[in-house]
Amino acid sequence: MQPAQLTPASFAAYPPQARALVVGQLAVLRTLPLVFAALLLRESRAYDWRFPAEQQAIRDQFSFLASLDEAARRQLLAGFAAVKLPDSTRESNWVDQPQQFLDALTASLWSTHQIDDFRQSAKSYALAWRKAKPEQPPILPRLTLVVFDAALEQQGYELFRKLRPHGVFVPQVQDANGWATLVAHLQRRAQLHPLPSGHIYIDGADADPTLAAHLDTTSYGGLQPVREQLLQRIQQILGSANSGPEQLRTTLAGITPQSLHWPAESTGEAFQRFQLDVLTEGSGTQIFSTTFVQWAAREALRRAQPVTLVLRYAPRQRSLNMNEMLSGQTRNNLPDPAGSLVDADMGAFYAWIDQQRLSGAGQSSLLAWSQARQQAMLVGPAMPRNTVAAAPLSMAQMLAQLVG
Amino acid sequence: MSNRPSPAQFRQASQQVAMDRREFLRAAGLMGAAAPLLGMTPLRAAAKPREQKVVVVTFGGGARDEETFAPDGQENIPHLIGTLLPQATFFTQVVNRGILGHYVATASLATGAYETFNNFADTSPANPTVFEYYRKALHRPPTDAWVVAPSNGFNRIGESDARGYGAGLGAGVILPKHLLAAAMPQHQHGAYTHLLRDNYEDPYYTPDLQGGEFELNQLDSMLKLSVEEFTHHARSLSSADELSVYVARQLMRQHAPSLLWITLHDMDVAHSGAYSLYVEGIRRSDRLCAEIWQTIQSDPEYAGRTTMLVLPDFGRDSDFDSGGNGFQHHRTGDALSRTTWMMALGPGIRAGAVVDRPVQSTDLVPTIGARMGFATPRAQGRVLSEVL
Repeated sequence: MQPAQLTPASFAAYPPQARALVVGQLAVLRTLPLVFAALLLRESRAYDWRFPAEQQAIRDQFSFLASLDEAARRQLLAGFAAVKLPDSTRESNWVDQPQQFLDALTASLWSTHQIDDFRQSAKSYALAWRKAKPEQPPILPRLTLVVFDAALEQQGYELFRKLRPHGVFVPQVQDANGWATLVAHLQRRAQLHPLPSGHIYIDGADADPTLAAHLDTTSYGGLQPVREQLLQRIQQILGSANSGPEQLRTTLAGITPQSLHWPAESTGEAFQRFQLDVLTEGSGTQIFSTTFVQWAAREALRRAQPVTLVLRYAPRQRSLNMNEMLSGQTRNNLPDPAGSLVDADMGAFYAWIDQQRLSGAGQSSLLAWSQARQQAMLVGPAMPRNTVAAAPLSMAQMLAQLVG
Repeated sequence: MSNRPSPAQFRQASQQVAMDRREFLRAAGLMGAAAPLLGMTPLRAAAKPREQKVVVVTFGGGARDEETFAPDGQENIPHLIGTLLPQATFFTQVVNRGILGHYVATASLATGAYETFNNFADTSPANPTVFEYYRKALHRPPTDAWVVAPSNGFNRIGESDARGYGAGLGAGVILPKHLLAAAMPQHQHGAYTHLLRDNYEDPYYTPDLQGGEFELNQLDSMLKLSVEEFTHHARSLSSADELSVYVARQLMRQHAPSLLWITLHDMDVAHSGAYSLYVEGIRRSDRLCAEIWQTIQSDPEYAGRTTMLVLPDFGRDSDFDSGGNGFQHHRTGDALSRTTWMMALGPGIRAGAVVDRPVQSTDLVPTIGARMGFATPRAQGRVLSEVL
């Protein structure tokens, strides 16, 4: 099927909000190159359980495309129209299965050396779209807090090497109640600025219930039943006669909370789907808690664009044979606190980079805190770069310096 | 409208990577009299001995500058920098324009042509491999060309489907983890799990390792090892790459192959997202490269007549490319993920020299051919004159 042949009936299998959205944009969709239409439908098909920021972005894209006259639209999307596709991919059911189409498209782009052109086309489009529809600044400056659990330690390891050029290193945090102070601050912040998916907490072990009561929360420990079910499914697929990465990805993409008998959560379907995506799309998120936290943070910032993000890194399991880790039978495996500290340190750096990609980056702040060392890193607009704090600071003092 | 980055733009990005490496080397005082190398004359006068041997070591898990030749990364590669680099000609800008998947990229390195098959398919390269060129042209026996590789998918890398080459003309392929799986009763695998680690490139695709009669036969007839010796030694090793190097050394002792290809893979654990494990893998590869060179120098069959070429198959994504997730993958195709380096050591190769001009990873095969004296007619790359 070509985009010009799309009708309202083409979207009969779409969830209700997604169907209403794309049927309303049918005139625009019919003019798009097939590759671009499939990419847009991949985002739109999941509209019903996207975060508000993602839904806004989808609507903005349709609105932007509709605002262009035909010649301008054709010129902007020429790079997508020029992509040469294998017949089997072009003739696949890209309307109902846009993710499978994208997998096939990606493989084709690499094998036919079109990937660089495609990336450039995507970048040019994103620039044009964002220039026409700039992202709105957040209602308050973004704040990311990264906590390294007290068990994370490695003798001789120098903390925050990558973050130090960007802010103030605090060699001595003097606060016996640092975590409690931090939780109280976050509770107030969330209560003062209630926002759907605006305050998110991701824990590498079990979530602190006091904090979880006020923030949308996910945790590696809390998701254990879901992780185990997923790992069982993966094992079943790998054990089947015709298993392979494509089949595995297709199967995982089709998993829903309902198919895992995962009851609805109070945080809503968007957040529940987000947690499932972290486990089905993220590499290593099912086996290493540190990877779970880092990837979930990246995806939360990219997709939900929260104003508050709290990450707590806890010890991950030691590395074992991959097949063994995927079996899920590793409960007696010992933790790796030294490796986990290195993972967490890199995770804090990546959280800062990911936060810098969002609107209001110049006003955003990050605090990373090692509970074992009682050392911290403060990065924000008021923090001088590449500086060391001259005196010990309490958690309250650090938060005050960072966000006032 | 053309959105394609111009060759000049890509060249500029790759050159920046190379320039950074050069600056790091200069800062570390490692460049010596390298500058005159640009446009140098190969050291033909240093009369290469006849019957050259070549050992290729590839990192089948990309390594970035940040964790290797950048200032913060140099602590991870003390042997490459301190021991090998002063003896080597170093290419700062090796560009891989092919598919950034480890099996297909390693196959491209081995054929000198950008292969385009599915990285996860059980497929032979379409173009003749360097092993086939070598054995066919110089009438060498099967025991003279070997590949020691990580297990997943690499079993077909020894020979191609190319007409006029293929069956019977390629390299023997040893997959050490398959050997170990075959040697161990299933219930004892637990003691060796650290050595049986498999592919990380796909988040899930890790089929159980199988081993059988063929692998046990390899142990006995090729490596001249009993199951007991092999498993006893394996127990003392800490990773799959160490097992690969152990097997490679055994091959060198038993058959002294003239063309030996070793692919190290531990660092590809990066795909699991654990940065500490990725860095550990790099440190191990660094040490193993030095050990391989030491083995070459101390073995009369190899000393003084062997070229060692060390190169990652490609890099990994930049921290700052929003399309990727930093070190974890190599999916963006950005300049950092496509640009890597190569080290060449051996008789007649200038020591402590740096070559800045851009070369391609497909240049490896024609260069090996020129060095060993055989043609590589279907390779796409060019001979690197600095290594002749």
